Amino acid sequence: MSAPVAQRPQQQQAGGVTFVNVLRAEWVKFWSVRSTAWAVLALVVVTIGITTLFSWGISESYDQLDASERSDLDPANASLSGLFFGQLVIAVLGALVVTAEYSTRGVRSTFTAVPRRLNVLAAKALVLAVVAFVVGLVTCFVAFFIGQLFFASVDIDVSLGDPGVPRVIIGGALYVVGCGMFGFALGTLLRHSAGAITTAVALLLVVPPLIGLIPDALGGEQISKWFTSNAGTHIMETVSSTEGIGPWSGYAAFTLQWLVLLVIGAWLVKRRDA
Amino acid sequence: MIEARGLTKVYGSKKAVDDLSFTVSPGIVTGFLGPNGAGKSTTMRMILGLDRPTSGQALVNGQPYTAAKVPLREVGALLDAKDVHGGRTARAHLTVLALSNGLPKRRVDEVLELTGLTGVAKKRIRGFSLGMSQRLGIAAAMLGDPDVLMFDEPVNGLDPEGILWIRNFMRSLAAGGRTVFVSSHLMSEMALTADHLIVIGRGKLLADMGTKDFIAQNSATTVRVRSPQADQLARALAERGTQTRQVDGYLELSGVATDQVGDLAASRGITIHELFQQRSSLEEAFMELTRDSVEYHAEVPTAASGSVPGGAA
Repeated sequence: MSAPVAQRPQQQQAGGVTFVNVLRAEWVKFWSVRSTAWAVLALVVVTIGITTLFSWGISESYDQLDASERSDLDPANASLSGLFFGQLVIAVLGALVVTAEYSTRGVRSTFTAVPRRLNVLAAKALVLAVVAFVVGLVTCFVAFFIGQLFFASVDIDVSLGDPGVPRVIIGGALYVVGCGMFGFALGTLLRHSAGAITTAVALLLVVPPLIGLIPDALGGEQISKWFTSNAGTHIMETVSSTEGIGPWSGYAAFTLQWLVLLVIGAWLVKRRDA
Repeated sequence: MIEARGLTKVYGSKKAVDDLSFTVSPGIVTGFLGPNGAGKSTTMRMILGLDRPTSGQALVNGQPYTAAKVPLREVGALLDAKDVHGGRTARAHLTVLALSNGLPKRRVDEVLELTGLTGVAKKRIRGFSLGMSQRLGIAAAMLGDPDVLMFDEPVNGLDPEGILWIRNFMRSLAAGGRTVFVSSHLMSEMALTADHLIVIGRGKLLADMGTKDFIAQNSATTVRVRSPQADQLARALAERGTQTRQVDGYLELSGVATDQVGDLAASRGITIHELFQQRSSLEEAFMELTRDSVEYHAEVPTAASGSVPGGAA
């Protein structure tokens, strides 16, 4: 151990806590824990893996489908079926980006270095969204082509040039972003990994198929139609499967829901003691 | 410079910090002393804008910390060494902090060097010992080369070598003209490190004065002498108007310097085996001051109290 010396170098240039600097910091922070890389890898593997199995299954059983089932089949959408599980991976990552700060209390270092907390939150959200979009896009492309390989064997494959297909693939990436942001918003709101992840799974996966059970007299059909993933997934369909809701109106409703959660969460982050 | 003005923090019905006002000056080490639960950490978090004061405000170099353009250059703070994500390497942790404030990357290498962590820079923090974590916290605090440094119980849990290192480090920072504000619940530690003391108990300010004055005011100095001719010496001292007591085989007296006692003994031909000055323990002085403000009293059962544990049921 050397004797401590508190030398005073001349005051160096420092850019200060600008948004760009905070963004650079959050970018490095995002990738500097191993769990991030694992989550990204899991998103890719799970989505493509499930898609492969599902597309294979469809192509095998296509002969047994009746006419209405065949006409309901949306080959572009079916090739993104792996996102049913992929959405959870990104939601978990989104939640952890925030909750890990609180569970490790690293948030105190973070907010000491950058007292403007909303800048931190915005930078985190942007990093997450960009990563989710890029990884989502690559994943959806690969999944799409693998899916179409299987569908080609029963002659129902579609190509990028077909109407709606590019939007489905980009929509898949956008849906991944939305799910990540859902987890992120819940993370800011609840600050607890387990709580945020459980709630995200409930809101995206468990509740959507059940919410239609609300009596129509109470608006069950409308609520169900616009509820989280029920609305958001329409962006991955070439032809909307639900009446009165299109790809973009559905996605907008989905976005609005996490945005509301995020605004409340951000307000709490700013207000609460770190 | 740190200024607290009427800082108050209320949790529910409990006042954790109660109308604290003080100034921490540059160039010296200022100790922030109080029993556990006195509100030291809460005060420090409020200074950093991590906790929102119920009322009052804290200023760092004349402005609220949260308004700083380069916060890490204003204050370097080590609150709890374990307040970091263990999954990151030491270098990554420091790089993130440096980037956020736009500090040059070489500062990361410089503070790693300064704290002797260069060799473990690529190790993940969760594998660090408390001493290493503490050094990492200090490295982070030094990143922005700040004028004000704040350490919360920095020697807690450290081995003697680590304690000595931190003590010298804080002294050298103050000697370099910086403001050093360090909390502790140990009076003895503060007596060694701090030039000035801010003492709180139950969130209230109890004392704000130089360490020497604090010790002088709060502890009585006595002289003890051991002599085979104790009776003769006691009489000689009594002639001078100095009262003596018998304590543990010594004569104890106050209001006289050791020189005078020695001279007196020599002039009377009295043999002295031992002669020394004794301060009543600083811890005792501190406990005396904070007696009414300790958050959690431990009951010491005594025979006289008449209560037998378990017997009351």
